[in-house]
Amino acid sequence: MLHIDNLHVSVADKPIIKGLTLDLPAGQVHAIMGPNGAGKSTLSYTLAGRAGYEVTGGAATLDGEDLLALDPAARAAKGVFLSFQYPLEIPGVPALTFVRTALNAQRKARGEAEIGAPEFLKRARATAAALKMDFEMLRRGLNVGFSGGEKKRMEIFQMAMLEPRLLILDETDSGLDIDALRIVSEGVNALRSEGRSMLVITHYQRLLDYIRPDRVHVLAAGRIVASGGPELALELERDGYDKYASAA
Amino acid sequence: MTGLRDALLARDETRLPGRRDEDWRWTDLRGTLRPLPVVSDAVQPLADRTDLDGVRTRRFAAPESAGVLALSLSVPAGETLVLLDVIEAGQGAYARDLTLHITLGEGATLHRLVLAADSADAVSVSLTHVTLAPGSTLQQTVLATGAKRQRIATTVAHPGAGAHAQLDGAYLLAGARHSDQTTILDHQGPGGTSAQLIRGVAADQSRGVFQGRITVAEGADGTDARLKHNALLLSDRAEIDAKPELEIYADDVACAHGNTVGALDADALFYAMSRGIPEAEARLMLVEAFIGEIVERIGAPALQDAARAFLADGLEALRR
Repeated sequence: MLHIDNLHVSVADKPIIKGLTLDLPAGQVHAIMGPNGAGKSTLSYTLAGRAGYEVTGGAATLDGEDLLALDPAARAAKGVFLSFQYPLEIPGVPALTFVRTALNAQRKARGEAEIGAPEFLKRARATAAALKMDFEMLRRGLNVGFSGGEKKRMEIFQMAMLEPRLLILDETDSGLDIDALRIVSEGVNALRSEGRSMLVITHYQRLLDYIRPDRVHVLAAGRIVASGGPELALELERDGYDKYASAA
Repeated sequence: MTGLRDALLARDETRLPGRRDEDWRWTDLRGTLRPLPVVSDAVQPLADRTDLDGVRTRRFAAPESAGVLALSLSVPAGETLVLLDVIEAGQGAYARDLTLHITLGEGATLHRLVLAADSADAVSVSLTHVTLAPGSTLQQTVLATGAKRQRIATTVAHPGAGAHAQLDGAYLLAGARHSDQTTILDHQGPGGTSAQLIRGVAADQSRGVFQGRITVAEGADGTDARLKHNALLLSDRAEIDAKPELEIYADDVACAHGNTVGALDADALFYAMSRGIPEAEARLMLVEAFIGEIVERIGAPALQDAARAFLADGLEALRR
């Protein structure tokens, strides 16, 4: 699925990712944990294609296809989805209109037929209900006036509607109370499948109690400095990142 | 007197307003209309009719070379009029001047939508003088897509006394088009309110101008006047010039004005693209949302529909 090889990324000429290598096989969930400033958000933005994140070396491929050559919209059409740590508010664009526009743009890019309004609404209603979202909220401007928890739910809603192959969750647990965390995690877990991979980026172990990873990687100073099973997350929770900060 | 109307009628190009006239420095006609075209025909409203849904529509056809027209309209006391003024595009480099007078009786309400669709080579000026009466309401929205030089100006004589004036507008400019929206609002008596929201978008090498002057006369106490202009520059060769002015000679007034000019929000653009919406489409979506608030503020549903259709065409022009 996702293969990252010796990736180097600079932001404003400052190297942030310095030789990151990672393999994420199809159907697996990998967690990336690390201290603040390790490059976690830089990694997620680079994979999604944000301007200003300059790849100075290395490669990232999705099923063998060069991701880094594509613009963000083309990456999305290939199945990449980034769940933002701080989702944007877009006044004047109803959430439903936004998601339907995105879904049909992706379908068009893949040479598929557009989804009709009745079918879209039916799916949207079912998805919103599963996430315990008020459907009327989806008729308002995207994320406008939404609480932090509602915005994160809206990210999962979009994810469920767009059905990406590669999910990148950037600090999805930040700003969530325990009930919202449970609902959001259930939404993510419902999307786990053989053909779908997830990269769960988080500072805290807490989220991984709900979204169980197959592998855990420690990102420090722009590189993966340790990898292991789920027990590694518990070890980090107990011992902190000090060991890796000094190693890096 | 200077003005396009006077210059055309007197066949005297020295009467054209130009850069040296303070109110015309961003809408120079003097350098633009040379030689001065001969007035061949008066600009006649092509049609002035009221539909079954109660909307009165006036369509102003463009002249072949140059034309002037002055018209008056009044809304009797206590009545409501829904008025659609369509300034239609013509062919090539015509010049036209529309001078419109509107008087509202006591407690009257006017919903007015102006759709200014001039040709790219036209010089087009329209000036509307509105006189309000106590307790009357003017709700006006001007939508414009520009011309070689285009000015749509509105002056409002506001008596206070519970009257309200809403002067909204939007311009969507592509190519080398120019559009100028100018408002002059005189709060002459106590207890009046006004609100203005103007949104503009300038792409390519276009130029948007907004001038808004609010005067609160001595004794016009308790006036509440608000004015906001927000513009988006979609190209580094486009230009926006804005001049909001407040002159206050009264006590205990609430006046606020704001002016912003910026680029499309890069974060919002990335967010939309990260969901699979291609860049060109994402830009249009954000522009449409930015202008959309102006349509939301239109009180008459029939006018909202006309506004949406007009803006859809304006957005198409931005796509090209």
